[in-house]
Amino acid sequence: MKHLDEYRDAEIAHRLAAAIHSEAANSGRRYRLMEFCGGHTHAIFRYGIEDLLPANIEMVHGPGCPVCVLPTGRLDMAIRLAKRVGVILASYADMLRVPGSKGQSLMKAKADGADIRMVYSTLDAVKLAEANPDREVIFFAIGFETTTPPTALAIETAAKKGLTNFSVFCNHVLTPSAIAAILEAPAVRELGTVEIDGFLGPAHVSVVIGSQPYEFFAEEYRKPVAISGFEPIDILQSILMLVRQLNEGRAEVENQYIRAVTRDGNVRAKQAVSRVFELRRDFEWRGLGHIPYSALRLKDEFAAFDAERRFDEPYIPTEGIKACECPAILRGAKKPTDCQLFGRACTPETPLGSCMVSSEGACAAYYTYGRMREAAQ
Amino acid sequence: MCHALPVKIIALTGPDTAKVSLGGIVKEISVALIDDPKIGDHVVLHVGYALAKIDEAEAERTLALLAAEGGEALAEFAAAEAPP
Repeated sequence: MKHLDEYRDAEIAHRLAAAIHSEAANSGRRYRLMEFCGGHTHAIFRYGIEDLLPANIEMVHGPGCPVCVLPTGRLDMAIRLAKRVGVILASYADMLRVPGSKGQSLMKAKADGADIRMVYSTLDAVKLAEANPDREVIFFAIGFETTTPPTALAIETAAKKGLTNFSVFCNHVLTPSAIAAILEAPAVRELGTVEIDGFLGPAHVSVVIGSQPYEFFAEEYRKPVAISGFEPIDILQSILMLVRQLNEGRAEVENQYIRAVTRDGNVRAKQAVSRVFELRRDFEWRGLGHIPYSALRLKDEFAAFDAERRFDEPYIPTEGIKACECPAILRGAKKPTDCQLFGRACTPETPLGSCMVSSEGACAAYYTYGRMREAAQ
Repeated sequence: MCHALPVKIIALTGPDTAKVSLGGIVKEISVALIDDPKIGDHVVLHVGYALAKIDEAEAERTLALLAAEGGEALAEFAAAEAPP
């Protein structure tokens, strides 16, 4: 298929791997490269990219998995909203099996009779509200910048249609805030982090926000960034870009995914987001703690569509399962195999932590593709 | 949820909607987030919305770069790996 197959070509992959070896193998240094995005983590495991890299290149898995970074307390809120009489909670499928506190999940709430519907698109949630005028339809909005513009358009569509039974439980978070937290937040440093030499920038987040927001990290922290597509060839080429930058002492933002990412990103999408949303003063992230101005909320003029203001549902912070290493894994400080629950009590079938549930979580990637590999070593 | 795929616009069905195809599977999506959608455009599809057009010229430039990349290194690598 066009724009897919050509980026999975084995010969090109081997050539890129050889180029990475010849540039990195004799430099006498280590390269700790964080792929921010969970989609990259999965591609790296699925295509066995680590096996193509020399031993001195280490891929550190970042927090770019929206399901994983959502704190349990926010999921609990969604479960409580779903259980209200007359409510239909519309959610992306990824959220349904994530464990909340006290053994709860949306899936269990659904089994207990809560009306929870899986939707593929925000527009499906708006359609649900139109089709059920006597019910309150709440869309459980989560995700980074990629997923935010569709939520913004859904709210504007609902406003235009004059719907009074549609609202959004907003949990949209911001990529640059998370990267900054990993690099500098004292709270995060206390929790324990790793030294990162460079970043593989997310593909589809960058389609929306552009490459410009990363320039700060390159300039201020002297960390090279390579924005990378999701296919194996894209990732190898981006790793090569980072190795070259580090070898040459450069710290720039390079854009490997030029076929879809521009410096300014998708202006139309950014405008939709800024019409509807504003910065939240504070948001809690699983693994990273409280990060100021790291998430979005609905502007006052859309207050009628804000489930948090409409339903007065308090946020009650909760501790996750003690032995679960998700928080440290999300900071890149630990690997899934460092967790004593991994592969034993916690598997994709019976997940205890969000990193095992989500199709973008690092634990799920390790379990699905990487577990046998480590065992073999 | 974060998954996005390159799909091709095969019909414009409304002011903000289009039909797209990926390997023969046809789906209606929103094109409200992109400028000037046209039949034949490849777009990045995410949760039912086209997020961006894929720039064909840049796609070709990436592939041309890839075709050139690492040729010499591979030859060296192959030579080094070859049994004596």
